[in-house]
Amino acid sequence: MEPNDVVKAQLLDERDLGRMLDRMAQQIVEFLEPGASATDSLALVGMQSRGVFLARRIQRRIKEMEGLDVPMGILDATMYRDDFRLRLKQPEIRETRIPFDLTERRVFLVDDVLYTGRTVRAALDALMDIGRPAAVHFVAIVDRGLRELPIRADIVGRQVPTLPGEEVRVRLKECDDLDGVWLVANPKAAGGRG
Amino acid sequence: MTLEGNGSGLQHRHLLGLETWSADEIKTVHAAARQFREVLDRPIRQVPSLRGVTVVNLFFEASTRTRVSFELAEKRLSADTVNFAASGSSVSKGETLKDTAQNIEAMKIDMVVVRHRSPGAPQFLTRCVDATVINAGDGAHEHPTQALLDTLTITEYHPDLTGLRVSILGDIMFSRVARSNIYALAALGAEITLCGPRTLIPPGINEMVPGGLRITHRLDEALEGCDVAMALRIQLERQGRQLFPSVREYHNQFGITRAHLDQHPDMLVMHPGPVNRGVELASDVVDHERAVILSQVTNGVAVRMAVLYLLSGRSLTA
Repeated sequence: MEPNDVVKAQLLDERDLGRMLDRMAQQIVEFLEPGASATDSLALVGMQSRGVFLARRIQRRIKEMEGLDVPMGILDATMYRDDFRLRLKQPEIRETRIPFDLTERRVFLVDDVLYTGRTVRAALDALMDIGRPAAVHFVAIVDRGLRELPIRADIVGRQVPTLPGEEVRVRLKECDDLDGVWLVANPKAAGGRG
Repeated sequence: MTLEGNGSGLQHRHLLGLETWSADEIKTVHAAARQFREVLDRPIRQVPSLRGVTVVNLFFEASTRTRVSFELAEKRLSADTVNFAASGSSVSKGETLKDTAQNIEAMKIDMVVVRHRSPGAPQFLTRCVDATVINAGDGAHEHPTQALLDTLTITEYHPDLTGLRVSILGDIMFSRVARSNIYALAALGAEITLCGPRTLIPPGINEMVPGGLRITHRLDEALEGCDVAMALRIQLERQGRQLFPSVREYHNQFGITRAHLDQHPDMLVMHPGPVNRGVELASDVVDHERAVILSQVTNGVAVRMAVLYLLSGRSLTA
């Protein structure tokens, strides 16, 4: 957890998270049109940073369960954020790498938490500058509410209405040593994410 | 890919020179520039990062490449830009630098990119205006964005510059490119050799950086074991007096030829441009695949985008 976090509840453990990703993989494959190739018509795009690990896990599950290869890309929307004039610390620009043509593909944009919707808005702008997808679906592990823009998740792991001052922490073995999702209270946490 | 940061961020509010910049800060710029480099390959080569930010390009000295590179970087970031060239402006009517700066400041400018023939002019500007100042070359002092793009270009071939042998060749005396590169390369841990005619290497320059510099007046010594040869432009127009007998003799003694490239099969050749073909570099060296001059130009736009982006936040929240 982050400094000053007080854990209120564990929302998901490792097995819950695994089941959830299995379900998401199935839901994504259901979008595949009859006769179409998953490799040519679908794509996963993970948002920096935990969305990347989640997209990679979903990609692996689709391969294991359905034998389909869905290409995956990485997106960092920092350059497109609208809180530029408010930012208090230097933003860190991370890698964007989309090694396939987005045009005419059904793109599944993956992130850990959906909150204000501002990051998704920035990510959509970034995607549109890179190509013209046939459709974009948003996939999130947790939708914590408190939206500031008219944006929704199409495939969502769990709805967790939160209050100001609360945060949702998704932790993944790839970067945090353990898997799980927690609801925490953190009065000092700035509400800039999500 | 990790959750680790790309260095700890910038400690400076302005980019006046690299003398005081740490390896960490230089790497922060490099890391951001690599991401902006990727933007330049997209179908839409523009991001909205600096929308609403106004940048003035204040060029008191003739420049095409650097000015165009900065202008492109600003446009790619969606900044609003104003160009101000000394000729045909109030400067030719006798206005002082301070008055020019304050007039521009009164027009509500966020950032100033300045080139001036006097060393220290950008530093002086920081005392007259609130805007963030970026040095685009001041006299024979520094040209920091050139060194940032040069070192970025080297990292594409040698990711770690520690112990890398870099030789800077030619007109060290009048070269702000050389000075900025010496600071940047030394900060990143490279071993630097300076080579040129005695008349073009100022005395005491080996004390510029703590580790010291190797100095030689023989090209074959400078190229022996060298990983990167950085040729500098002979600034005939800046020199004013004859410091070497002739351009042909300079080429014979200090020009890199095809034979040198064959002798040193792993050596990269760099040049800040514009190249005097047949002087610093033989013409077939300029077109050789190990001459990375055009890659330097592309990286120049990306590095300037990174510098503008990283410093803009400082100016807005300071």
